[in-house]
Amino acid sequence: MMMANVMLVDDEKPFVETMTKRLSKKGLNVIGVFSGHEALNKLESNRMIDVVILDVKMPGMDGIEALKEIKSRYPLVEVIMLTAHATVESAIDGMRLGAFDYLMKPCEMEQLLSKIEEAKDKKSKHEEKIREAKVKELSSKFD
Amino acid sequence: MNVDPDKNRYYYRSLTRNIVILMITISIIPFILIGGVTLYYYSRSLKANVMAYLEVIVTEHKVHINTFLDEKLANIQTMADTFTAKQLLDDSFLRKKLNILRERYEDFVDLGIVDSSGYQRAYAGPFRLEDARYSDADWFKRAMGENYFVSDVFLGLRGLPHFIIALKKKDPQGNIWIIRSTIDIERFTSLVENITIGKTGHAFILNRNGEFQTKPRFEKGGRFSLADFYPKEGTEKAGVSIVERKQDFGNKVVYAISALKNGEWILICQQDSSDAFSSLYHVRQLVISIAFISFLSVLVVSFFLARAMVGRMKMTDEERIKMGEQVIEAGKLASIGELAAGIAHEVNNPVAIMVEEAGWIGDLLEEEEFQDIDNLKEFQRALAQIKAQGIRCKQITHKLLSFARKTHSQLTDLQLNELIEDVVGLSERTARYSNVKIETELDRNIPLITASPSEIQQVLLNLINNAIDAVGKDGGTIKLSTHMDNGNAVIDVSDSGCGIPEAHLQRIFDPFFTTKPVGKGTGLGLSICYGIIEKIGGTITVKSAPGKGTSFIVRFPIHPLEKKA
Repeated sequence: MMMANVMLVDDEKPFVETMTKRLSKKGLNVIGVFSGHEALNKLESNRMIDVVILDVKMPGMDGIEALKEIKSRYPLVEVIMLTAHATVESAIDGMRLGAFDYLMKPCEMEQLLSKIEEAKDKKSKHEEKIREAKVKELSSKFD
Repeated sequence: MNVDPDKNRYYYRSLTRNIVILMITISIIPFILIGGVTLYYYSRSLKANVMAYLEVIVTEHKVHINTFLDEKLANIQTMADTFTAKQLLDDSFLRKKLNILRERYEDFVDLGIVDSSGYQRAYAGPFRLEDARYSDADWFKRAMGENYFVSDVFLGLRGLPHFIIALKKKDPQGNIWIIRSTIDIERFTSLVENITIGKTGHAFILNRNGEFQTKPRFEKGGRFSLADFYPKEGTEKAGVSIVERKQDFGNKVVYAISALKNGEWILICQQDSSDAFSSLYHVRQLVISIAFISFLSVLVVSFFLARAMVGRMKMTDEERIKMGEQVIEAGKLASIGELAAGIAHEVNNPVAIMVEEAGWIGDLLEEEEFQDIDNLKEFQRALAQIKAQGIRCKQITHKLLSFARKTHSQLTDLQLNELIEDVVGLSERTARYSNVKIETELDRNIPLITASPSEIQQVLLNLINNAIDAVGKDGGTIKLSTHMDNGNAVIDVSDSGCGIPEAHLQRIFDPFFTTKPVGKGTGLGLSICYGIIEKIGGTITVKSAPGKGTSFIVRFPIHPLEKKA
């Protein structure tokens, strides 16, 4: 299992706490937050975060709004939407807005882990490409 | 929506009847008017024609008869003027004169000369009447008084019907003689009897006493009361009068009456009305039978037409009711779906936490220190069970959606306040997401109302959801209050939201009226609420001022089930 920096956003505290513990035990680096605003603040201060697991339905700033903000400010960060059945449609909306995937609560740990891995993979590849492009650009300057 | 079928059947039946009556009335009335007016004027002109015809006939025959009588009188007059009394008193001379007369006019039966004492001094004729005494005879007395006299028909000394023409003659010596002649009434009668009009028209002559002077074709016996025909003295000499009278048998008879012989006799021409006006009766019968046939056909046609129309109406009514039910059903589905979605979310979160916690214990159990404990297998089995049951919960909440099918709306007595508290409990979470506070102000003395709990719940959920949408993300309050007003239980759902523009107010209960973007709202919610409240005899009204908020006022009639029983 590769090391991934994951942020978990949900207004249900016990859920966040337990999930954080479980994912940490699987070897992930997990930060748990309880609202969209908090998530954005944490992202600002911690640029290492690779994947955000985002609950769709939250009081105040909801998952979709948070997603828009995240994607506009930190386009490389991958977002996995977490939803109860009622908000599947908004999860799909979220995918249209750039979310990586969605999962339904309660979710299988294995499923969640594999999604996180895929998202992290995608991000890493993306970052790799950007790095390569930058290198090309730099080397072309020196040519 | 469930209308009593008996009442319905009665309604459609009376509708059919009314349509039939209306159609018959509007088609028959002009027909009757036209027919009646035409018939009236036709009968008037026809009657006038018939009467004019009768008048002509009577006048003609009156002239004939008067001429006949005048002629006979003139014959005798000539004889009296030409010959002296002495000549006439000679029987053989008289016989010769009679023969001459009879050669020309067979009517003269005999001739006689009567002296002033009523003793017949000379006679020529078939009977042996020499020396007959007439001093007591009516004609004799009348002839002595007047210059001439034409008698009524009578049997006389011979027992044969005849009438007498008597003429007074003075000789130079101053003696008075009466020249009398018996006239055979056969020819005279035939003058009258030959008058025939149609099948029943015939004529006869009456004297002043109402005795027949001619043989009427239909012997009736007795006397005619002349008063019937001459209601007023003095009118007798007038030309021709025509009257129509009802007879004992019920049939009407037309009489044309004219005076004869200076009013001593009257000529009556009578004809049964049915005969005289036969063409009129024929036309009337024709009109009546045409009217009857057209009435029947209008009746039949309008009956079938009305039945077809009402059948069509009934069908559309039923379709409309069914559609109304479908609309309610659709709305029910929509709000149950919403409810189920809410429940799914509500239940899923705690279940998710439980499953995660169990998973966490499972993770911990995998650590080495726990590998040796006795009940490790039991712990793992229990955790697997918790996980399995959690997944089962998830499946149940998902099935709730497909579960939202037909639910019976059973009427029960229900406490509005409790229901409101339940619904508020359900909506509170949704409200919290929108920063909306729900307040309640419940009157504890609200009596039970009779309604279906699920339907009222649906109405309230709908109103609250609308209110939450109206308040929007900026936050605000929704206030639910109950109170009694005019014997109705009233729920007031007010919000501090954006309000409804006046142009929309009239349409908000219309099905499919929505201000939400396409795909976001069905526009059914309020129309379903309206249908539900209307069905239980309540009302739902709205008050709104743009920018200040909206309140929906729902009134429920109070009639608990136990009071009805």
